[in-house]
Amino acid sequence: MGTLWFCLVALMIAIYVLLDGFDLGAGAIHLFVAKTDEERRQVLASIGPVWDGNEVWLLAAGGTLYFAFPALYASAFSGFYLPLMIVLWLLILRGTSIEFRNHIHSPVWDPLWDFLFCSSSSLLCVFFGAALGNVVRGVPLDASGYFFEPLWTNFQLGDELGILDWYSILVGVLALAALAVHGALWVTLKTTGTVRDRSRRLASQCSWVVLLLTLVVTFLTFRVQPSIAGQFRKASWGAIFPLLAIAGLLGVRWAIARADELKSFFASALYLAGMLLSVVFGLFPMVLPARNPAYSLTVENSQAASYGLKIGAIWWILGIILATGYFAYVYKSFAGKVIVGKHSDE
Amino acid sequence: MGHAVDAHRLHFAFTVTFHYIFPQLTMGLALLLVYLKTKALRTGDEHYNRAARFWAKIFGINFAMGVVTGIPMEFQFGTNWAEFSKSAGGVIGQTLAMEGVFSFFLESSFLGLFLFGEKKLGRIGHWISAFLVWLGSWLSGYFIVATDAWMQHPVAYRVGANGQIELASFWGLLLNKWAIWQYAHTILGAAQTGCFVMAAVGAFYLLTHRDEAYGRTFVKGGVLVGIVAAVLQLFPTGDMQGKLIATHQPVTLAAMEGLFESRDGAPLAILGQPDVEHRKLDNPLEIPRMLSFLTYQRWKANIKGLNDFPEDLWPDRIEMVYYSYHIMVGLGTIFIAVMALAALQLWRGKLFESRWMLWLLMLSVPLPYIANTAGWITAEVGRQPWLIYGLMRTAHGSSPRVSAGNVWFTLLGFMGMYSVLAILWLFLTWREIELGPEHTGHLPEPAPNAVDDREPKLGAEVRNRS
Repeated sequence: MGTLWFCLVALMIAIYVLLDGFDLGAGAIHLFVAKTDEERRQVLASIGPVWDGNEVWLLAAGGTLYFAFPALYASAFSGFYLPLMIVLWLLILRGTSIEFRNHIHSPVWDPLWDFLFCSSSSLLCVFFGAALGNVVRGVPLDASGYFFEPLWTNFQLGDELGILDWYSILVGVLALAALAVHGALWVTLKTTGTVRDRSRRLASQCSWVVLLLTLVVTFLTFRVQPSIAGQFRKASWGAIFPLLAIAGLLGVRWAIARADELKSFFASALYLAGMLLSVVFGLFPMVLPARNPAYSLTVENSQAASYGLKIGAIWWILGIILATGYFAYVYKSFAGKVIVGKHSDE
Repeated sequence: MGHAVDAHRLHFAFTVTFHYIFPQLTMGLALLLVYLKTKALRTGDEHYNRAARFWAKIFGINFAMGVVTGIPMEFQFGTNWAEFSKSAGGVIGQTLAMEGVFSFFLESSFLGLFLFGEKKLGRIGHWISAFLVWLGSWLSGYFIVATDAWMQHPVAYRVGANGQIELASFWGLLLNKWAIWQYAHTILGAAQTGCFVMAAVGAFYLLTHRDEAYGRTFVKGGVLVGIVAAVLQLFPTGDMQGKLIATHQPVTLAAMEGLFESRDGAPLAILGQPDVEHRKLDNPLEIPRMLSFLTYQRWKANIKGLNDFPEDLWPDRIEMVYYSYHIMVGLGTIFIAVMALAALQLWRGKLFESRWMLWLLMLSVPLPYIANTAGWITAEVGRQPWLIYGLMRTAHGSSPRVSAGNVWFTLLGFMGMYSVLAILWLFLTWREIELGPEHTGHLPEPAPNAVDDREPKLGAEVRNRS
């Protein structure tokens, strides 16, 4: 039962990354692909009706993690106290800047909201990446099942660990580049004219960075967390996940070259999913590795009692079928390119 | 440790109090939006559609505020209350996860459609989306109240071998009788906030002689729904909630009523200042025997005072419990009076000309917010010293490794950020009211809009407006 929930939570996190990933990415490239007010409103319109729905996946994944693996939720959330609070502030700042810009068009305030939207989106990408880097690297859990990491210490992987060290920062930069590509491909798909052309060019350039960083980070990851290599040797069918990621990345290059907007976006989604699932597969059955492997949290020692997990599986499946239905309907309703007026409304 | 626990408590109290400003309005307005859309559907009168669009904008602002301040609430269970989450996550995680899966997806998807897709959905489709937004927001409220109700009155659990609290019955958790009555009481409070806000905006338009047709619709809708909610708030829901507390948390009842000594035929204190040090109520204004009657329907029934309980079971802030409870009940009584007067004037056909009544409605707008907040303070501070009543003390629930210094850092950060948010929220809401329904009601959303390219009309309209 625990393994099933491990897969379901991983699936929800992957869906969150694919969905909110494109609107975070669109935010990260906002200032670079859109210069005039009209162009910027195009970018905002492309995510307008969907971004908060995408963010709900974070809440739903968090809630699911909470009831399926309470010990993990308690340990990871209190241990990552500061970065999570900063993530919350960034989410608030980002949501506010989108909403405010939508309600009030003002040549004085717009640049501020645009700047806040772009910087908070970029920082969120980096922080999410760094969080993943922390999980992969392992955290200083002890026998109590708790830990606490300051934001940074000396940026080394020594005894005094911080959230930010050279490895987690590197993963953060990869996340930013990968989501920038994802977001740029979404904007390409949803817009026309100059914004689309700039986004396509940016996606194409950034995808080389992603390719390079993927190779570097993958190489380093095997050294930082040796158990991942062991897992792939033990269950070699898992190689399908990194292969999916590679196929996705090549697909992005191939589809951009053929100017196929839809396929390039889906290829990028495939890359992100492949990367995430590779990590998740590589760590299994650990859910939060400790620097001292004896204290790692695993599916076994952090899952909730089985009655709750069984009953949860029933309502969860029902709920997700409904949610998928709503999402399909919403995305269908807002399909196609966005159109915005020449000037602000007021 | 005690030091850090206080900081954790303040952190949660501050963020949740600020957060609940928004859901109480959106849950109330969701009901009123269904009311307006139903009117529009039945009469075919575009007036009601415009009214609904106006309120949809205010709903949207408050919904967004509710979302951004709501995410920190879920996170804090793990970040600040790790020991509690580790022990009880298998139980309360159920309801919290169900809120995400069943309500948030529903609410956010159909709110997007409701705000951006009116043309595309058609009349019936748009009504359905309003209905589903209402359903989603009220379901969401239920899951949250069920979570809190379990902490107030834990049921359907067993303690596992490793000391973890396990879920024993899914339906037992969901149909906790405490949850049902607490929810009814809470949601009626939210409905009253929605009604008072709608009536106040209507009164403002009537008093300033602008958008008067809308003013009449808003005042009428707010008063008609408001009188029903105000009465149900007291009876049966408030009454039942009180009886549950008397049965299961008698020490909390004693603190709420400021009853230091047990006695037969206990009086109901209307006013008075609890002096906890000397165990007495100063300057009491009391109705003799009323508390006994209200609690047990017997004038001479015995009510247990604080002296019957060991001090380490007393709520640790008795004054706060006492005052918040009295403020809630006092305001609730005032609401019935205000709404009843307004309904009487409406029935006599004089409400829209009665300037003093309109003034009264307009000035009442902050009161339901205060009453709802006071009600939650009564429930949550009244539950102390327990985090889960009778099972886990608050002092044992916080995160062991998060220092008071780190908690203060983020608490101050939230205070600063929420101050800015509060200003933006007031400004945006006021601006919508100032622009008025004539301005916003006619055209589809001016917000950046993703439009199907098979339907170029909407884009063309947006362009024409510039």
